[in-house]
Amino acid sequence: MNLVPISYYLVLSAILFGLGIVAFVFKRNIITIFMAIELMLNAVNLAFVAFARAHNQLDGLVFVFFVIVVAAAEAAVGLAIVITVYQNRRTLNIEQINLLKF
Amino acid sequence: MSLPFIVFFICALVAVGGALMLILAREPIHSALSLVLVMISLAVLYLLLGAEFIAAVQIIVYAGAIMVLFVFVIMLLNAGIEERTDYSKLAKYAGLPLGMFLLLELAHWMAHSAVGATIANGSEAANTAASTRELSTQLFQKYLFPFEATSILILIAILGALVLAKKDE
Amino acid sequence: MLILDHLWIILALPLLGAAINGLLGKNFRKPIVNAVGIGSVSVAFLSVAELVREFMRLSAGQIPWVKSYFTWITAGQFKVDFALQVDQLTIVMLFVVTFVSLLVHIYSTGYMAHEEGYYRFFSYLNLFVFFMLTLVLAANVVLMFVGWEGVGLCSYLLIGFWFLKPSAISAGKKAFITTRIGDFGFTVGILLLFWTFKSVDFRTIFAQTLHMQPEAFAPAGVLTLICLLLFTGAIGKSAQLPLYVWLPDAMEGPTPVSALIHAATMVTAGVYMVARMNPLFSRAPFAMFIVALVGALTAFYAATIGLVQTDIKKVLAYSTVSQLGYMFLGLGVGSYAAGVFHLMTHAFFKGLLFLAAGSVIHAMGGDQEMPHMGGLRNKIPVTFWTMLIATFAIAGIPGFAGFFSKDEILEAAHSAPHASTLLWLLGLVGAGLTSFYMFRLVFLTFFGEPRYDEHKVHVHESPKSMTVPLILLAILSTVGGWVAAPHLVNGPDYFSNFLSPVFTAYPAAGAIVNEGAAPESASMVLLHALTGWPVIIALLGLLVAWWFYIKSPETPKKFAQSLRGPYTLILHKYYADELYNAAIIQPLLWVSTNVLWHVVDEGLIDGTVNGVARVARESGAELREIQSGNARSYASWVVIGAVGVTLLMLGLWGMGR
Repeated sequence: MNLVPISYYLVLSAILFGLGIVAFVFKRNIITIFMAIELMLNAVNLAFVAFARAHNQLDGLVFVFFVIVVAAAEAAVGLAIVITVYQNRRTLNIEQINLLKF
Repeated sequence: MSLPFIVFFICALVAVGGALMLILAREPIHSALSLVLVMISLAVLYLLLGAEFIAAVQIIVYAGAIMVLFVFVIMLLNAGIEERTDYSKLAKYAGLPLGMFLLLELAHWMAHSAVGATIANGSEAANTAASTRELSTQLFQKYLFPFEATSILILIAILGALVLAKKDE
Repeated sequence: MLILDHLWIILALPLLGAAINGLLGKNFRKPIVNAVGIGSVSVAFLSVAELVREFMRLSAGQIPWVKSYFTWITAGQFKVDFALQVDQLTIVMLFVVTFVSLLVHIYSTGYMAHEEGYYRFFSYLNLFVFFMLTLVLAANVVLMFVGWEGVGLCSYLLIGFWFLKPSAISAGKKAFITTRIGDFGFTVGILLLFWTFKSVDFRTIFAQTLHMQPEAFAPAGVLTLICLLLFTGAIGKSAQLPLYVWLPDAMEGPTPVSALIHAATMVTAGVYMVARMNPLFSRAPFAMFIVALVGALTAFYAATIGLVQTDIKKVLAYSTVSQLGYMFLGLGVGSYAAGVFHLMTHAFFKGLLFLAAGSVIHAMGGDQEMPHMGGLRNKIPVTFWTMLIATFAIAGIPGFAGFFSKDEILEAAHSAPHASTLLWLLGLVGAGLTSFYMFRLVFLTFFGEPRYDEHKVHVHESPKSMTVPLILLAILSTVGGWVAAPHLVNGPDYFSNFLSPVFTAYPAAGAIVNEGAAPESASMVLLHALTGWPVIIALLGLLVAWWFYIKSPETPKKFAQSLRGPYTLILHKYYADELYNAAIIQPLLWVSTNVLWHVVDEGLIDGTVNGVARVARESGAELREIQSGNARSYASWVVIGAVGVTLLMLGLWGMGR
């Protein structure tokens, strides 16, 4: 039985992570940036599951479980913040929300 | 070229394609839907890796709840095509090269790492049958404290979201 | 053994007086200030008298008597004690300093009676006495230098006593700075001294010289170098060529100050120092020659300037410079006793001259210009007669103090080992000039018709507090030289014999210590002395002065007209001050302003400090731009960091495999 080598999954995870970073740096809409973060988290989850499979342990899966839970909580609060910011600044362009500067 | 390989490559392509669409889409809603696509393909990959529970949780929670939340917010805020502002020269010029470099570096590293060559060992049956039960046992024994802590975390998140989104009376 | 064991008392008393008058004197009434000031010096003088009595009972082996009180400095090998010593030379100096100081203090109660800052004057005077006594009593070079610097300080304070007068302030600064130049040489000399002898204590140093041969007659050799450097200090402090320029300006100070500091005591510190270091000088013939040459040249040069001055105190100032030259001439040709003898007699008659001049100025209501005087001899007789006695003394009229000392010096110059004729000739002509200008002073001031408005100036004799010191000094100016008188009839020269242990304790092979000519019969010696060149030239000077200023008073003007060039040159003091200003002061100011101030201070130092601040500010300004508030740029920075860490992990920390 030729199963897929673990390294393939890890490479895929790396690719997805890199794409998530590029998206984070390049997109201007706050919500899109949030989604890029979620993409990165997913890539990391993939890596965790792959390693769990590789070492034949369940700890990786438990960790993935917690990542998903925390991502959910984070998304909820984060989007609430985004809504509040939109109500105040009337824009979703992250480059125009720049008051925290020198 | 066995079936797992084919499934893997299809799902990998779909995932990467979804990620690229997320970057290249002009409307946020398109990005959101591409992300859902990515998540679904990842769920299939989890199944390939023998983590059915996680795959299920991924679909139910991630794709089914979080992304729905994203879509709702996009609709609520009527997020449209974003303006082309470019205030950061650093991001404009250095962002892509650096990101790609990081990507390739990590990929290269993963490809040639000691772990990567491991083929998933053990029989599939042995893993699948016991995995969910095993997982839940781990969750409620070894990782009980983090489990309970995350429930409090969710509670706080709910409160936070409520407070933040409340209209000023 | 009361005083010998407690030598510090002599120092402590004037210091105490200075402190009390200085700190509390503002609130004292005049009699209290007087009591403190005069009292401290008179008790010091009495202590010196007692010291002399005890000293006479010491045996030869106990001299020099040294008492070390505490260790002042220890730094490795460099050890300086607060140690005081007494030998015959010290006794002579102590006597001169305390006695003349006492008389000046008493005189000052009258002269300064109407002055503001009366208490301050006495405080400074006492402080000066303290430092001068320290200088004289010191048993090592460093302590002597403390006294040396201290008297310089007091000189500055007292010259600038009327500190609201700009010319007085400038004169004080000029004195301090000019002597500082000499003091620099002195300091280097001390360093070289310590380096050579590994000690600064006189006894230790002199004991080491016993093993040293006299050096060659050349500006080389460590002893010669030391002596030359120490002598530069003396050039400054004792106003010789070329550092004499401060002494005439120092006349800005009150006349008692001029009498005490710039005639009798401070300016003689250089002479004392050379006499004290005689074992070194005796072994450095070139240095001795320089001393004699500088002395002779100064004696002549200053006398020429004194010929045409119109300010009575300036005449006396240049006369002091000239007489100091004679003292150095005597020291330089090996006749140390003659030099010190002249120091003592000069203290008497020059002190008297200055105090009497002060009396004249007091009578004239503050005017110091001789062309405004005339015919005063009947109006202020005591001043006149005492001043006349002093003039006889300084001119070298036989019988008076100056005659004996000057005669000894010129005789010693005659038999000097190098350039004796030149030195003797300079000294002789200088003596003639001295006689001339001193009698010129007397004739212009006291004889002839009054050239002032008798209704405006009320000439009156000075109070007793001023005239009594004049009389005492006049007595000493007469009899002060008689300690050497028997020498003229082939008897013993008591003074030289008294001092000889100091100058023969460390004899060098082939050293030049000139202590007398070949013996002749008594009457021949007397005749020789009385008809020798010095007497002739002194009387010649008196005659010419009489001719110029009494017999035919138009002669000076005609003389000046015909010799207009030289006359103008001398009148402007050979343009020495202008020369120094142009050659030294202006360039120095230029360098200070343009180089040291603009380039070094503003450019380098301020530039560095301000530059550091500027760099910090500018780099901060650059760096804070990073916090732009733009989240994308923050994200980029994070990515950069991530890339960096990943590279490190793969490369440096070797996690690649």
